[in-house]
Parts: sequence; structure tokens; C-alpha cells
Amino acid sequence: MAEGDRLTESPSGQRGVPDFVGRPGPSAYHRLNPLTKATLATATAIAAVALGGLVGPIVLVTAAVIGPALAAGVLGRLVRTALLLSLPIAVSAFLVNLFFFPGASQVLLRIGPITATAEGLGFAAEILVRILAISGAVTLFYLTTRPADMTVDLERRGISPRVAFVTNASVQTVPAMVERAGQITAAQRARGLDTEGSLWRRIRGVLPIVGPVILGSIAEVEERTMALEARGFTRPGRRTLLWAPPDTGAERLIRWAVLLGLVALIAARIGGWLG
Amino acid sequence: MTISLAGVGYRYAGATAPALLDVDLELRDGEVLGLVGASEAGKTTLCLVVSGLAPRTVGGQIRGAIRLDGEDVDAWPMHRISERVGIGFQNPATQLSQVTGSVFEEVAFGPMNLALPRDEVAERTWSALESLRIDTLAERDPVRLSGGQQQLVALAGLLAMRPEHLVLDEPTAQLDPAGTRLVADAIERLAADGASILVAEQKTDLLAAICSRVVVLDGGRVAQLGPAAEVLGDRRLRDLGVAEPSAVRLQRAAEAAGVHDARLSEALAGG
Repeated sequence: MAEGDRLTESPSGQRGVPDFVGRPGPSAYHRLNPLTKATLATATAIAAVALGGLVGPIVLVTAAVIGPALAAGVLGRLVRTALLLSLPIAVSAFLVNLFFFPGASQVLLRIGPITATAEGLGFAAEILVRILAISGAVTLFYLTTRPADMTVDLERRGISPRVAFVTNASVQTVPAMVERAGQITAAQRARGLDTEGSLWRRIRGVLPIVGPVILGSIAEVEERTMALEARGFTRPGRRTLLWAPPDTGAERLIRWAVLLGLVALIAARIGGWLG
Repeated sequence: MTISLAGVGYRYAGATAPALLDVDLELRDGEVLGLVGASEAGKTTLCLVVSGLAPRTVGGQIRGAIRLDGEDVDAWPMHRISERVGIGFQNPATQLSQVTGSVFEEVAFGPMNLALPRDEVAERTWSALESLRIDTLAERDPVRLSGGQQQLVALAGLLAMRPEHLVLDEPTAQLDPAGTRLVADAIERLAADGASILVAEQKTDLLAAICSRVVVLDGGRVAQLGPAAEVLGDRRLRDLGVAEPSAVRLQRAAEAAGVHDARLSEALAGG
């Protein structure tokens, strides 16, 4: 591993820690320290809300999400994942504001008893951009950071292994539950459960799947806890780390600058200087 | 290096009946002790009790005495027991930490928790991977492996901790014959190095091949305990919900058919 911190060099050659452990990511953005990427994602999400309006968040998303995603070669996946994550809430928020914005007077369109208004459209667009900024920032972090790297980096910084584990395991639980849901769906369909067709049929089809997914996940938690205990995870004190992601002075500077900028932005928003 | 249980009983939290009753058992140096019984006989519970997980993690009430190499473990915390006793479960998916990016890191997870020097962690990890012939999987993402491969990875994770005692609950449930043979070889090597191993298994053929003694549980009590050939060849085994090894079945079929051949008897006795 060329760029990571190996902590100590192995004298044992081939039987030491292999190079693929902590292998640097494929792009400069991937290779940023996980804490730097987490700071950027959090700051982007908060700033998108604090900025208000349309232009500010759009410029922010372009600079802090789309640009880095393009440079990291994950723009396509980012757009798909961010839209999947945010579309249900974004669409509902957009429609509610478009048609039911309180006190709006400029009518754009009438559909039966409901009216779309210009004020509603403006506010809905602002909400939409903020939601997309938040989901885009989170997705960019997720697509460019291996969960294991984040865990190792948190531990290296003195965070309890348990806290680091819970942080990581929470992220990992989502794909595991999706996979379990897929397996249960296939099993239920093989036994004649109809999960296709009309909306009502789909809703009825989902109910027998939700129970096993949730109960199965809860049951697995106990087994997983036992397996972790049996592997010495609850042992007090520090664990051995095989490697740690590199962290440079420049990155530390960037993190502090971003945090200070965010604090200034929030202060400006609270103080009313942003209009 | 022995584990001994004297008059051990165990009741799960909220259960009306005990899952284990008056169990007296000794697991000796370098011994592989097979554990069989019908469903609900108490096999998994005994594995949890011997490994210290019951009642420390599982809850419930225990009575009797459990000694590890002569020391009473009653007041020991789980992490102290886990340095001496390893346990593997049937479901490989729940045994993986799910926080590692490669099989190598997954197997290294236990030794890392023990805060061993980095080089020793690496050495133990390679050694465990090679012993189960899965070193070629070292770079793979563990969650993307087949169930059988995951079971071998989970077992390698236990081997890397180099426990003095090992408890395995249905370790070959998801393995094909080749994978089962690898696990059997690893168990025999560990035992040859002095570890004592308790193996709960439905595959009595495997137990016949690797165990020196076998214990049969029935309703939470020890129904039989003795040399593997004797217990697994006992005609009452089927009444206790356990299938005999295929060699025993074949021997009986040959006897029933009136086939009396010394070479056949010799071959079956040799496994």
C-alpha cells in the first residue's frame, strides 16, 4: 500500500499484511481521508439548507457534489442512487408545496379543485434542490468511502471500537436487509404470493414480507452479538489496527476551514444577513 | 487443558422448563467430543453454556460448576473466556463481522480484538486461511461469498484466535463433502495440537471419523456418553432421534441380509 499508513512495516514479507488491505481508492477524491469526506458531506447538507433560495444551493451542489462525483467517476451511480433515495420524499414535498402553498395568489394551473401556484412552484423548487443536495452529499460519501476505512479511521482517532462498529454496521445493515427482503420475496412468491399487478395487490403482497424481514433481522442481532463476544470484541482497551487511512496537514486545514465556513454561514442565516 | 461441567443446569429467561439438567461432562486435552441429539435436545444450549455465552450474553439462569483448566469461570467476563474458548455457529452470515472489506480482514478480526502484535495477527490469519485452503479468497468481500465459503471463513476466524478449547455448533451444515472434509482436517489438527473440541453435529459419519467420544443429549440430560464407536453403534441411538453413521447402517444391513464377510467388517470398522 503506497499511501496508507501501515502503522509498522512488516518484516515478514509475503506473510505480512497483504497490499489489498487498505488499498488506496481509484481517484483523488476516493483517497481523501474518510473524516474529510464525512466533513464535506455534512457541511454540504447543512449549507444547502442554511443558504436558502435556489442559486446558492445549486452552485453548492455543482461544486461540492457533481464536480467531485465527476472527478471520482461515480456521477452516474450517484445520480441513480441519490434519486432513488430522495425521489419519494422529493416528489411528495414538491407536489404538496406546488398545489397547497398557503397564501399563494399567482395561479399557474387548475386541476379540478386544486391549483398550482407560482409561489408554490418557487418554494417547491427550493425544497427539491435542498433534498437533492442532502441525498447527493450523503451518496457521494457512501460511494467513495469503504465502511471499513471509516471504522479504522475513527478507531485510529481514539473513538471506541464499539462506537466505530455501530456506525459501520448501521450502514452495512441496509444492503443486508434489502438482500434478505429479496430472498423472502422470492420464497413467498414461490409459495404463490402475488406481489405484482394492481397497487392493492402489491400492498397486500408486501405485508407477509415485512414481518419476516424485521423479525429475522432482530433474531440475527442476538446471534451476531454472540459471535462478536466470542471473537473478543468486548475486550477492553485498544485493538490492533492493520492499517489506517492517510491524513495530511492540508486535509486537516480543509476540514477546519469548512467547519468555520459553515459556522459563519449559520450565523449569517440566524443574523438575517443572507436576506 | 480441560473444560469440566459438574451438575450443570440451565434455564432460558422466561422459560418454564430448563433446557439443560444435571449435566456432568469433561472435555479433555486434545479430545474431539461429539455432541448429538434430537431437535430441542439441548445441543445448542450446551454449546452456549460451555462457551460462556449462556448466561453472560444470552441471559437466563445457570447452576452447577463450570471449570476451565481447573479454574471456576463463574465470575469471568465474556472477553476473558473468549480468549480461551472459541465458538462457531451454524449460520455463517451472522458470524461475519460485516465491517471488513476482505476475507483477510474478517479472519484477522478476532486476533485484532486480542490486541496481538500486527505481524502475529497477519501470521495467524494466513495460517488459518491456509489450513482451510481458502487463502485464495483472501481478497474477496466476505459478504459476497457462498454460504459454504462463508462458513469456512467464519471457522478460519476462530482458528486464527488459536483457542485452547473450541465449541462448534453444526459447523458443516452448509458445506459440501469437500468443505466438510476440510473442516474435519482442521479439527483433527487442532486436537493434535492439544486443543479440546466439542462438536455438535447431525452428520454422524463425520463424528465417527473425528471423535474419540460422543455424548448424546435427550431432553436436556446426558442420555449416553462413551467411546464414539460404542455410542454411535448403539441400537438405541435411533430412539434418541439420531441417525447412525452409514458404516453402522451398512453393517446392520449386511448382517440382516446374512452377509458375513470379514473383509467387509474390517473395511467398515476402518471407516
